[in-house]
Amino acid sequence: MSELPKPDELFSKIDHRPAPKGWMDTPVDIRRGIACYASNPKSVEYVGLPYPRQWSCFDEDWQLPENWKEIISKGFRERLDRFRSIKVFMDICVRCGACADKCHFFIGSGDPKNMPVLRAELLRSVYRNDFTTAGKIIGSIGKTFKKIIGARELDLQVLKEWWYYLFQCSECRRCSVFCPYGIDTAEITIMGRELLNLIGLNIDWIATPAANCYRTGNHLGIQPHAYKDMMDFFADDIEEITGVKVEPSFNKKGADILFITPSGDVFADPGTFTCMGYMMLFHYLKEKYGFDITWSTYASEGGNFGFFTSHEMMKRLNAKMYAEAKRLGVKWILGGECGHMWRVIHQYMDTMNGPADFLEDPVSPITGTKFENAKSTKMVHITEFTADLIKHDKLDLDTSRNDHLKVTYHDSCNTARGMGLLEEPRYVIKNVCNNFYEMPANTIREQTFCCGSGSGLNAGENMELRMQGGLPRANAVKYVHEKHGVNMLSCICAIDRAALPASMEYWVPEVDVTGVHELVANALILPGEGKRTTDLRSEPLPGMEDDDAE
Amino acid sequence: MNISYMYSLIAVIVLFLLAYVGVNFPGGEVFFGIIIPYLALIIFILGFINRVIDWARSPVPFRIPTTCGQQKTLPWIKSANIDNPTTTGGVVVRMILEVVFLRSLFRNTKCELKEGDKISYEWEKWLWLFSLTFHWAFFTVLFRHLRLFTEPVPACVELLAKLDGFLQIGMPGLMLSGVALLAAVTFLFLRRILIPQVKYISLGSDYFPLFLIFGIAFTGILMRYFTKVDIVGVKEFTMSLVTLNPHVIKGIGGVFYVHLFFVSVLLAYFPFSKLMHLGGIFMSPTRNLANNSRAKRHVNPWNYPVKIHTYDAYEDEFREKMVEVGLPVEKMIAPETPEEPEEKE
Ligand code: HEM
Ligand code: SF4
Ligand code: SF4
Repeated sequence: MSELPKPDELFSKIDHRPAPKGWMDTPVDIRRGIACYASNPKSVEYVGLPYPRQWSCFDEDWQLPENWKEIISKGFRERLDRFRSIKVFMDICVRCGACADKCHFFIGSGDPKNMPVLRAELLRSVYRNDFTTAGKIIGSIGKTFKKIIGARELDLQVLKEWWYYLFQCSECRRCSVFCPYGIDTAEITIMGRELLNLIGLNIDWIATPAANCYRTGNHLGIQPHAYKDMMDFFADDIEEITGVKVEPSFNKKGADILFITPSGDVFADPGTFTCMGYMMLFHYLKEKYGFDITWSTYASEGGNFGFFTSHEMMKRLNAKMYAEAKRLGVKWILGGECGHMWRVIHQYMDTMNGPADFLEDPVSPITGTKFENAKSTKMVHITEFTADLIKHDKLDLDTSRNDHLKVTYHDSCNTARGMGLLEEPRYVIKNVCNNFYEMPANTIREQTFCCGSGSGLNAGENMELRMQGGLPRANAVKYVHEKHGVNMLSCICAIDRAALPASMEYWVPEVDVTGVHELVANALILPGEGKRTTDLRSEPLPGMEDDDAE
Repeated sequence: MNISYMYSLIAVIVLFLLAYVGVNFPGGEVFFGIIIPYLALIIFILGFINRVIDWARSPVPFRIPTTCGQQKTLPWIKSANIDNPTTTGGVVVRMILEVVFLRSLFRNTKCELKEGDKISYEWEKWLWLFSLTFHWAFFTVLFRHLRLFTEPVPACVELLAKLDGFLQIGMPGLMLSGVALLAAVTFLFLRRILIPQVKYISLGSDYFPLFLIFGIAFTGILMRYFTKVDIVGVKEFTMSLVTLNPHVIKGIGGVFYVHLFFVSVLLAYFPFSKLMHLGGIFMSPTRNLANNSRAKRHVNPWNYPVKIHTYDAYEDEFREKMVEVGLPVEKMIAPETPEEPEEKE
């Protein structure tokens, strides 16, 4: 791993003015700290993707299949014919530059090829050369003319450049909000990565989680018994904190609903506290209202790293959700806090793996609310569900148990720009916390900044890239930290919970990261619980510790 | 020197000379006045239709609107029905706002790193303002030209011309749109060469239409206010084109043919260039779809079955471990050997 520069060094190095030399004449320089490691051939092989092999992006020779150009070219054509988005986006960009400084990776790195428009041009230049009449005619006059119209041939250098920059886009869609035609560079990245996967050029942080998920049901490769052990362990912690023994159910046939959330929350802090939060909420609903929620070990992953590989891989992983719901005979599905998981559920799942006609239209039996917005997919977001419970006054809450926290909220890209889930989490937070502060308007809601590590980029070897990309978000957190003393950054995304702690530690070390349902559970008064002296993190609650008779 | 804009500039100058000089050759007036304009119009129409059909031929497999506001969920949460539409009506309004007011561009911000470690994102209105001016002025100029192609001239065209010339300066009256167009094109060009990031991304095909449109506006203004073209003659000529009974009128002047030639080039160039954003914006899936994919199933015409890891295969692999920790299974393990190990756990 390369040496990570100090925050002030990294910041002062950023220069948004590109070098005088044109981008086509600037060869790609694949740097350690920015690039991710190549995929492990075993993972590629396990899911049956082409050309598994040991290779490294730092080597000269990427051991490409001999006819790689042909494969890419054919793949490109196929995708143009399958996706109108790509065709239109390839043709209509006017290079107005409105998207240029909207990308967190450009803001944090100053690398001009991280401007969304240029990221897209990396592919568009090849498109012009190979697939447009104008490109073919003008290009045939000579090399200079090719360059003037922005066309170029696909060669090894270009391919490497694609790879390097397509894995510096977190598919966050912020650029698409500002583009006058809605050109979504994420869509172009998705397609570009699909092409790269045709010749076995994935990164390991995507390929291995995807293979794990395929096999064991979750990214981390946790096998069913271990999954249950983890949850039992959380149940013990909850008992210690609240005096109440919660008993989550697994793979239970005939439960009311199936709950699916990212496995990250079962595995690593601070997501584990969010997981405990879910368990406590579900226990509460079971005790009070007899609402029966089951977890699945087979579909134990909400997240979908297949989405970062190809549309097909996304579909293969996502299929487990409906399959498991059908097998267990539940009424509908509840989905936990995760960003890209929800992009997939909201914009792809029903189309790919539906119709889910074996499920019922989702209704909360506790409040009677019909979730009309989810009546086809039959899947409800947990903050929609909880907001509805709170609105109908169905939860006993002691908000003072979050008084030690000054909370702000990070909209994750996918729920904000691929769904529009903005108010529900805010409503929940404001009802379980007394101190809530928004970050500046240009950094939240549909203009939210990525955590810097989305779309499979939260590896360890690319820490410099992650800190660059994390800068705009962290900077906005710093602003509310300095202005209001904010010390807790809440979010509804498991990648955020994995990625933001590192970025906070680097840029704003005084701020911690939490899921929204950890905050809910801190406030939630469980039936028969004892007096709580700590929060879910076992940190003493101010004002409560002195009664502690130990 | 930047080859992208030098070559584009040279191209436009060459086009200028071609028409200006060429028209004096025998048959030049017929060529530049009749053949080229008809040809250009045909290329424009067929090319445009072809491009749109080509886009339309690719399906929209997924419903992927970029949502720029609150979704419609619980009845007590106010949803953003335009920035995050769930109905066709909402989508239409969203699209109208995009096309008529450049709604998304209006959001534009400028990111700056401040001393210390601050980052600011300030509202950047100039691109939006000049872009809006440019497009509206272009549209106004185009629309006013209808007076040359209609007889009698529709009242709305006359009215627009009146509004456009409301300043009543000079003789013939100054038209605001022409000046605005020239000013806006100049701004758009200057920003392309002065803002380092925009310069970096600009191609020849970005400069070329700007120079060309500048040329069109410039020769137009030249004719109207300075060389005082014979407008009656021009009208007779343009009407002859419209009525498909084309004949040239003597003595209209070289500048007119340059103007006409530039317009022809723009028309013929249009379908093969980024100018197709005129059609493309209406077909952009992130803007023209309603965000209702969870309420209403969107169908992908090429959805194909894929290989998945079934529950049965999963249970087969992990059955023993599942049984061991008490997870329910579909098929119990066949009791082939006496089950002692259970006790030991
Ligand atoms: C549906 C109608 C149209 C819409 C919504 C639209 C919108 C836009 C927007 C938002 C931009 C980017 C901002 C800018 O650079 O100015 C742009 C650029 C441009 N548009 Fe349009 N446009 C439309 C029709 C046209 C037409 C009919 C032309 C005529 C030729 C045209 C010519 C241009 C040119 C030349 C640019 C590039 C300006 C530059 O290089 O900076 N547009 N358009
Ligand atoms: S904002 Fe849209 S049109 Fe403008 S440069 Fe970016 S992608 Fe192209
Ligand atoms: S999708 Fe996000 S990360 Fe990718 S180019 Fe656009 S703004 Fe940058």
